[in-house]
Amino acid sequence: MQLIEMDGVGIKRQGRWLIQNVSLNVKSGEIVTLIGPNGAGKSTTAKTALGVLKADAGSIKRKPNLKVGYVPQKLAIDWTMPLTVRRLMSLTAKPSKGEIDAVLEKTGISHLIDSNVQQLSGGEYQRALLARAILRAPDLLVLDEPVQGVDYSGEIALYNLILKIREELNCGILLISHDLHVVMAQTDTVVCLNGHVCCSGAPEQVAASDAYKQLFGDPASQSLAIYHHHHDHSHKADGTIVPSKGNSGDCCNHG
Amino acid sequence: MDDFILRAMLAGIGLALVAGPLGCFVVWRRMAYFGDTMSHSALLGVALAFLLNINLMLGVLAVTVTVSLCLLILQKRGSLSTDALLGLLSHSALALGMVLIAFMSHVRFDLLSLLFGDILAVGNEDVIAIYACAAVILGLMYFLWRPLLASTVNRELAEAEGFNPDLTQLIFMVMMAAIIAIAMKIVGVLLITALLIIPAATARWFARTPEQMAVASSVIGVASVVLGLEGSLQFDSASGPSIVMASLCLFLLSLFASRLLNGVLGKERGQ
Repeated sequence: MQLIEMDGVGIKRQGRWLIQNVSLNVKSGEIVTLIGPNGAGKSTTAKTALGVLKADAGSIKRKPNLKVGYVPQKLAIDWTMPLTVRRLMSLTAKPSKGEIDAVLEKTGISHLIDSNVQQLSGGEYQRALLARAILRAPDLLVLDEPVQGVDYSGEIALYNLILKIREELNCGILLISHDLHVVMAQTDTVVCLNGHVCCSGAPEQVAASDAYKQLFGDPASQSLAIYHHHHDHSHKADGTIVPSKGNSGDCCNHG
Repeated sequence: MDDFILRAMLAGIGLALVAGPLGCFVVWRRMAYFGDTMSHSALLGVALAFLLNINLMLGVLAVTVTVSLCLLILQKRGSLSTDALLGLLSHSALALGMVLIAFMSHVRFDLLSLLFGDILAVGNEDVIAIYACAAVILGLMYFLWRPLLASTVNRELAEAEGFNPDLTQLIFMVMMAAIIAIAMKIVGVLLITALLIIPAATARWFARTPEQMAVASSVIGVASVVLGLEGSLQFDSASGPSIVMASLCLFLLSLFASRLLNGVLGKERGQ
């Protein structure tokens, strides 16, 4: 079932397009990963999909009564607000005690239930935020850099947890990441973003594409390089498109 | 107890009950100067109320709501930084109020009591107005607690998960304006934010959840009002500054107590 269909979506701020002509779909049980360098518009795209930002161009269709769980990129809880992990769980919903215990068990932070959120480590905090988001049994989970501030082994554990959640809830997941190697293998669709959709498709496909290599450097794609295509444009430092002559790529047409 | 003291106590307690939870949000949302700006503009409201011959509280409410809406709109347009905007609005509203008051030579204003509060000025109808207002605000807070708290933690998260942060913020602003309107006679326009912030800051030391902090800050606020008004009668000082001094004393005491408590707990944990 389609949860979200974005078609040619653009967001304009102060006369500048933050994202332009972005199209992507998320289905139930599917993981769609947004990758791209800093400032590529990944968070903007996610917020647009969520309806927090109103699109200035294009159209967005959401499943009626779509229930969303959201882990924002920046969620700094000020010290002035006393908040335990237990209380964080019922921030937007009213879960029962049993539901809270179960979700903390699932995310492996049961022992932290009475801790202050400000005292959690990076990994523990991300797990708490993830627990809060899945507690609502969402149709769509939007995770904006869910492994930030987490070391490498913790990162893999978190991604495994996300996979487990996908299986159990059968929800669609829109995942934002700027590192790739770990994510790619388990993702159904990768959308490579730099102000617009540079390329999208199955992970191997994207990893092999020139657009991806240009954004992340050649070494990043070595391990997954399977197929190449020609590229019809390159990017200036600010993300604007510079078309090159003569050829056109499989998934890099900007029309 | 004399009638006027009883009235002042009742009024102050009603005010402190509302100021508790509202003040917590002011602290959490870092809106202390926003509150100041709104309350400084209350003087303009007083002047306009006299000029147009309307109810004082209504005049104040209208002006503070207008000022806060202006601020929201200017903030969205993002031309000046928020603190510059606050300074601009706050002081021009205060100055305009003073100038208007000066023009109305036919009305006698007790400026000091407007700025710093005057328990003698609290009448029966004020007490009723304060409790009516308090009941409405506390009721709203009760029903809007979850969306208010969620959008305070993260606006976008609240919106993504089905709340309407713009609407909650607007209601919050109106509640702030209302408390300023009813607090003016008791603590005066210059000191209203102190009554919002100091009890909340004191409560932070003892609270584990936002709800505990809100309740504790109401209790501390009530204690500050009682102690402050007693002091004000004792030393014949203005009611506003006396209440603020009392709440400051409680804050310092709690600071000391929490240090002591943490020290003891820390030692126990260490063993």
